[in-house]
Amino acid sequence: MSTETAGSASEIRGLGVSAGTVVGPVVKVIPPVTLPSSEPAPTDIGATQRSIGEALESVAAELERRAGLAKADGRAVLTATAMMARDPSLLSSIGASLVSGLGPVTSLDTAIRQVVATFTAAGGYLAERATDLLDVRDRAASRLLGQPDPGLPPLERPSVILAHDLAPSETAIMDPAMVLAIVTEAGGPTSHTAILAAQLGIPAVVHAVGVLAIPAGTEIAVDGSSGQILIEPDETVRAEFGERARIRAQLLTQGSGPGRLADGGAVSLYANVGTVGDAEQAGAADVEGVGLFRTEFMFLDRTTAPSLDEQIHSYSTVFAAFGSRPVTIRTLDAGADKPLAFASQDPEENPALGVRGLRLSRRRSDLLSTQLEAIAAAADKTGAYARVMAPMVATVDEADWFAAQCRAAGLRTVGVMIEVPSAALRARHVLASVDFASIGTNDLTQYVMAADRLSGELAALLDAWQPALLDLIHATSTGAAAASAGSDDGTAKPVGVCGEAAGDPLLALVLVGLGVSSLSMAVPKVPAVRLALSLHDRATCVAMADAARSAPGAVQARAAALALAHADLQLLF
Amino acid sequence: MSERKVTIASSVGLHARPASLFVQAATATGLPVTVGRVGDEPVDARSILGVMALGAKHGEEVVLSAEGDGADAALDSLVALLERDLDAE
Repeated sequence: MSTETAGSASEIRGLGVSAGTVVGPVVKVIPPVTLPSSEPAPTDIGATQRSIGEALESVAAELERRAGLAKADGRAVLTATAMMARDPSLLSSIGASLVSGLGPVTSLDTAIRQVVATFTAAGGYLAERATDLLDVRDRAASRLLGQPDPGLPPLERPSVILAHDLAPSETAIMDPAMVLAIVTEAGGPTSHTAILAAQLGIPAVVHAVGVLAIPAGTEIAVDGSSGQILIEPDETVRAEFGERARIRAQLLTQGSGPGRLADGGAVSLYANVGTVGDAEQAGAADVEGVGLFRTEFMFLDRTTAPSLDEQIHSYSTVFAAFGSRPVTIRTLDAGADKPLAFASQDPEENPALGVRGLRLSRRRSDLLSTQLEAIAAAADKTGAYARVMAPMVATVDEADWFAAQCRAAGLRTVGVMIEVPSAALRARHVLASVDFASIGTNDLTQYVMAADRLSGELAALLDAWQPALLDLIHATSTGAAAASAGSDDGTAKPVGVCGEAAGDPLLALVLVGLGVSSLSMAVPKVPAVRLALSLHDRATCVAMADAARSAPGAVQARAAALALAHADLQLLF
Repeated sequence: MSERKVTIASSVGLHARPASLFVQAATATGLPVTVGRVGDEPVDARSILGVMALGAKHGEEVVLSAEGDGADAALDSLVALLERDLDAE
């Protein structure tokens, strides 16, 4: 292993969340400046106010420059933010603070905080803009203090991105061609960074404590599987990482077509997609359909609900990209943590346990009925094989209600997500009125382990190898088999997995052994899973599943499964 | 001092894009224009922060005021702007 050959290189270990090995120079995402706790009052108030005005003006100019590069939606927000930075009332409020004896950065902070307080109290759309105002403050404060702008500096060459954590706004402007790997000090295996990196096929390590001490420009080696990071690696390590990247690339290009086990058994390989653009790309890829099409993109960051026509147009485009291949659409999965500006909700103490997913759809059944009508119309228009499923189903009553809504809209293939332990334990009954189940392992893990999926500190609890999670998956497929046997026509009710777990080549085998018949994942993960399936027969998968469920913990479960795996599988990690 | 009353036509009310467009137009008049609800303290129409915090909704009536040369023409053009559904355009 590389540790023994690493020589003088020092090592940091995090959690590998997106496979691949790479060596390259570090670029650091610059955190916001620390605001000075005490600042002397300015001697020349007029000159100080002018310099703050210039700082705000340069921030506004930068935001406008970025608005010019952004897409329509992002452009409107950036343009409005630039206007806020230039707002004359902001500067006069800053002036009043300066006169009262506060320092320049403190005056800027005070003025912005006053507006933020008003906006936050108003809630809804205005509350969302509070983040933009704080971004204006951080950028202007950096300029006043002579520090670089917070955020990701422009990339001049392919680099490894180091950050405390990455916000969606930061990753949105990243050029994937220039990003060799992403390493964060915070974040867990299902954090935004992990999911994005997997989508892009970029190696990534999260929860790498101490990584921010590495100076910008330093060469580091990153192993996105083991989570190993080597600082200033020697030639031996470079050669080894390069060789592993080469073998991996070669293995991944070997297979093609539908997922098949070594004994010929079929396991469908589906894509997870989040936008119409993603779907068009995934449609051109070697996948058997879509296992999870998230529809949130049409609803979030908007002040009004999308119209029926707009939704028909979006779904039709997605269906058209997949022809006769099945497309599984998940109905709106919003709620307190992903709030909708047009469905006012009171703040919740515990949003992950609040009115979200299907619970919100029952409260706002108008949103759901429009969505189902649009899906049915788009499916009719394109002749697509549409499957529809509900997020966050907990009870039989909820599953029955959803199935009735879908059938009334003319939709034939209806399913539910299994994300809540109650639904997994009672799968036989929950699945009685629907046609299929799809397990969302990220939320199911969070709920069964009582661990916030965004918490880096709880990453070990959120490991999808936790035997309790494997038990719930087993309970789901056992319940589905019983529900199939008990149905009127005896048709099988298939169980799929569409969480991050499905894209792990070793865990995918265990899932198959547990009775799962389709695996849905980010497209770049498909080749490794296809290869893993082709190297193992069903009996081996079942043996791996039994061994993993017999283990006392997540680490031992993985080791037990790996011990039964084909030797070539290790080359994929 | 000239005044006009106008009902907000934009379906999302006077925030987001409609607010930006209104503030840009008010600034372009070069006059100190204010906007407010009838009977309330008005805000500076050239301040995006003030206009957004005002939170005037679709169908609400607001009062525009301005002083100086060309105030009437300036207010007429701002009224015409607010009478359109700016978000739909």
